[in-house]
Amino acid sequence: MELLITNAIVYDPINGIDGEKIDIAVKNGKIVETPELRDAKVLDASGLVAMPGGVDIHAHIAGPKVNKGRLLRPEDHLRVVRGRREGLRPIVGYTIPTTFTTGYWYASMGYTTVMEPATPPLETRHTHEELNDIPIIDKACFPVVDSNWFVLEYLKEGDIDGCAAYLSWLLRSVKGYALKLVSPGSEEAWGWGEGLRGIDDPVPYFEITPREIIRGLHRVNKLLRLPSPIHIHCNDLGSPGNYKVTLDTMRCVEDLAEMDRPSLHIVHIQFNAYGGSGWGDLSSGAPELAKYVNSHSHVTADLGQVLFEDTTTMTADGPWQYVLHRLSGNKWVNHDVEAETGGGIVPYEYRRKSYVNAIQWTIGLEFALLVKDPWKLCLTTDHPNGGPFIEYPRIMTWLLSSKAREATLARINKRARRKSLLGSIDREYTLYELAIVTRAAPARILGLEGKGHLGIGADADISLYRLDPYTTDLSKDYKRVREALRWAAYTIKGGEIVAIDGEALNTSFGKTYWVDVKVPERDEERIKRDLNERFERYYSVKLENYPIEEGDLRFSSPLRIRGEGV
Amino acid sequence: METFTGVTCPFCGCLCDDLEVTVEGGKITKVRNGCAYSLTKYLNYNRDRVAAPMIKEKDKQVAVELPAAIERAARILAEANYPVLYGWSSTSGEAINLGIELAEEVGGAIDNTTSVCHGPTTEALQELGLPGCTLGQVKNRADLIIYWGSNPLQSHLRHISRYTIGAEGRWRKSRDDRTLVVVDVRKTYTARVADYFIQVEPNRDYELITALRMALRHEEIEQDRVAGVPVEDIEELADLMMGCEFGALFYGLGLTMSYGKNRNIDAAISLVRDLNRWTKFVMIPMRGHYNVNGANIVFLWLTGYPFAVDFSHGYPIYAPGATSAVDILSRGESDASLIISSDPAANFPRRAMENLFSNPLIVIDPHRTVTSMKADVVIPSALVGIECEGTAYRMDGVPIKLKGVVKPPKGVLSDEEVLRGILTEVRRLKRGG
Ligand code: SF4
Ligand SMILES: [Zn+2]
Repeated sequence: MELLITNAIVYDPINGIDGEKIDIAVKNGKIVETPELRDAKVLDASGLVAMPGGVDIHAHIAGPKVNKGRLLRPEDHLRVVRGRREGLRPIVGYTIPTTFTTGYWYASMGYTTVMEPATPPLETRHTHEELNDIPIIDKACFPVVDSNWFVLEYLKEGDIDGCAAYLSWLLRSVKGYALKLVSPGSEEAWGWGEGLRGIDDPVPYFEITPREIIRGLHRVNKLLRLPSPIHIHCNDLGSPGNYKVTLDTMRCVEDLAEMDRPSLHIVHIQFNAYGGSGWGDLSSGAPELAKYVNSHSHVTADLGQVLFEDTTTMTADGPWQYVLHRLSGNKWVNHDVEAETGGGIVPYEYRRKSYVNAIQWTIGLEFALLVKDPWKLCLTTDHPNGGPFIEYPRIMTWLLSSKAREATLARINKRARRKSLLGSIDREYTLYELAIVTRAAPARILGLEGKGHLGIGADADISLYRLDPYTTDLSKDYKRVREALRWAAYTIKGGEIVAIDGEALNTSFGKTYWVDVKVPERDEERIKRDLNERFERYYSVKLENYPIEEGDLRFSSPLRIRGEGV
Repeated sequence: METFTGVTCPFCGCLCDDLEVTVEGGKITKVRNGCAYSLTKYLNYNRDRVAAPMIKEKDKQVAVELPAAIERAARILAEANYPVLYGWSSTSGEAINLGIELAEEVGGAIDNTTSVCHGPTTEALQELGLPGCTLGQVKNRADLIIYWGSNPLQSHLRHISRYTIGAEGRWRKSRDDRTLVVVDVRKTYTARVADYFIQVEPNRDYELITALRMALRHEEIEQDRVAGVPVEDIEELADLMMGCEFGALFYGLGLTMSYGKNRNIDAAISLVRDLNRWTKFVMIPMRGHYNVNGANIVFLWLTGYPFAVDFSHGYPIYAPGATSAVDILSRGESDASLIISSDPAANFPRRAMENLFSNPLIVIDPHRTVTSMKADVVIPSALVGIECEGTAYRMDGVPIKLKGVVKPPKGVLSDEEVLRGILTEVRRLKRGG
């Protein structure tokens, strides 16, 4: 199919296009030069803004944890309900919507690529089953590897090549895309009901510290030439004073980093940007973290902004979820996965009038506004931890409009408002910067070359919004802007129109990305021997039943990579 | 002759994936590693098979070609106002997935066997959550194992040897490294191999759990006995639980189906939550059918709810006790049924069965069942894990792909294929084809 989009005002930061009226030509699912079109359908986009399809680097949308969240929260499914329509499955849920709802809603917002950022390898078959049932968007998942016994053992022995070979096998076996670390080492400790503090507490029995795990996996990531850096949920997440642990984490790989390239991605940094010594004096560590990020080029982050919502928290960070359960008294699911990782789920409501929650809200926005270079930042809520993804447009307007921020600031806890410097920051994002943090930066950090831009050869994933930047005051008219960003006028995925005015049109399906990395043969042979020897002692399933076949993915899209030394 | 290794057994929620199956001349001749129950099932899987699709004509079931049976099934469902689609616990996740789509399409109520077994677990879990883990965690770490209202030596024969006291794990090498406690109303086989057997009076589990929670807090218990158990024993058990490094509580229908039902599970969850203040403690329900957990899981990602989902309004409505198959049938509200891989005639109340049989009834099953003998349409299907592949979820949530090792009988399709056929036909009929 051919499509020519005319008269849109285009924001395409990767190609340096900042609000220009240019035509976008689409053929066979890709962006092409206009003369290549023969009989294109013309879409007149006068008065609309065009951006590359949104890319979400971190949202828990599929897998055992998310599904246990659904089980735990029948009350959540009553919040939005709509019956089936021709070609569309029912819409159900809010903070943990059904798989079909998830795909329709992302498309309705103009998002076309989403990453599930934490899957326990042993249960990743489940994650892929759900990803298969998420329509429209392209997707991928990141296996959690920091408490994996093979990883801990190779790293303890200083066998980086072995660890790399093992992880190439793991990524291929579970069809994963990037390496995820969740509070490194602490899920193994949680297997005994214990936690770790900071990055120098050794993991029980394995006698290896989070610092060693982070450094080891940082090196493995480079050896494997993975498209994306390691994604790390820092230790001590959620605790007052933890911004220091985040600083330690960023610093601990400084000497390993090639300074011109990001090699460490901090996920949902808001949850790891807390100052103070307890909940009573919780304060913002955002300025310190932003200062560090501004002066170092090896780190990127996504936001993990909180919204004042009744939401569902879920992480692979078992000890943190237990703490939250004890603090809130709310119901609690725990699920530890043998030899690999853990996880927990607790419903949680962020209240405007709560001092702690209000401070959390200010921290995220402070960080977003204090980081000078938007290429280092991605907009997320750590869906659904900080709030559901469907509410992203509210965050977008807080970034675009100081008026929008003031309106919310006026209604939050007074002490939090007095303490926060948010009110004194007058920076407002431009649409160009917004396109960076919602498209270009995440696509770049993920190494997805066809995503996040509209250059020739890019995937024809495009979103159009009913927003005329020449006549709209983004700051003053923030409510209208929010609505415009919430319901994309058109969402185009792979060259097809998949949503109009915030309504998904069909139940088509996107691709699942994963990486297939070649490692030196001798390492591969070596780790096969180790697997044969140890796997069935560690696990309760047979080694041969662990890998997921390519045919089990609805549309498999592997990235073939040669690791170092091949 | 061919030997398949790493074959997963489709006969209980343990989902043992280490079977070795030998096939000679298209027949299974040998099965290694399976338990006695599984062996019997494997060696007899070909008995009582439905030979051909059947349609009832003038009160007699007559053999027909598959397309005719699929067409009749589709017509029944398309014409019904409020069909019930029930079973789903002994088939593949892929089939369950299509079942939901079919229920949406025909505006029916879809339910799995959870509503008659671990429904109380699910409801308690929705109230309180559940501290759990995978079975390998127990194998590697647990030094205290409790079976409560569950007798694995009769119901889940290899549970003990693969995952608990008989298993060798990273930190638990032998039987001596673990303590086994059984709580039950009678001295079961499992109780006989236990280190501690606590005999609870029937239907008084709730009181016993409450007393245990008091003992954990060192509160004085006034009586000498609670639920028939001497207080000293309760206190000793409480100490054992607090003092272990990793405790695992497995519970079965003895707890979910005895008096109090979800209140029992509420109390058990609270007990395990309390224990996590002192040590690591988890609980895992002993699920029976090999893929009943898979049915819950697939229902959840597609509808938000684990069982008893009613699509008569186009969107899912979940109200166990009202939207469960047995309740709809008992109230006589449904006007057609599809039963798959289940035999409700064996355990549903009489009123429900009367309605099931007085309205058009479709049965999809590899075997002849009591229910299928009265059905209007019977469609034989291939056995998942023996004759065709499919995904299942173990009692702890671990997903495992089941293999097919022999071919199904000639002309017999998998549940998945049969359902896809029915769904396509329903859509054609509704478009007025
Ligand atoms: S314990 Fe269950 S799964 Fe294992 S072999 Fe026996 S019947 Fe099959
Ligand atoms: Zn996350």
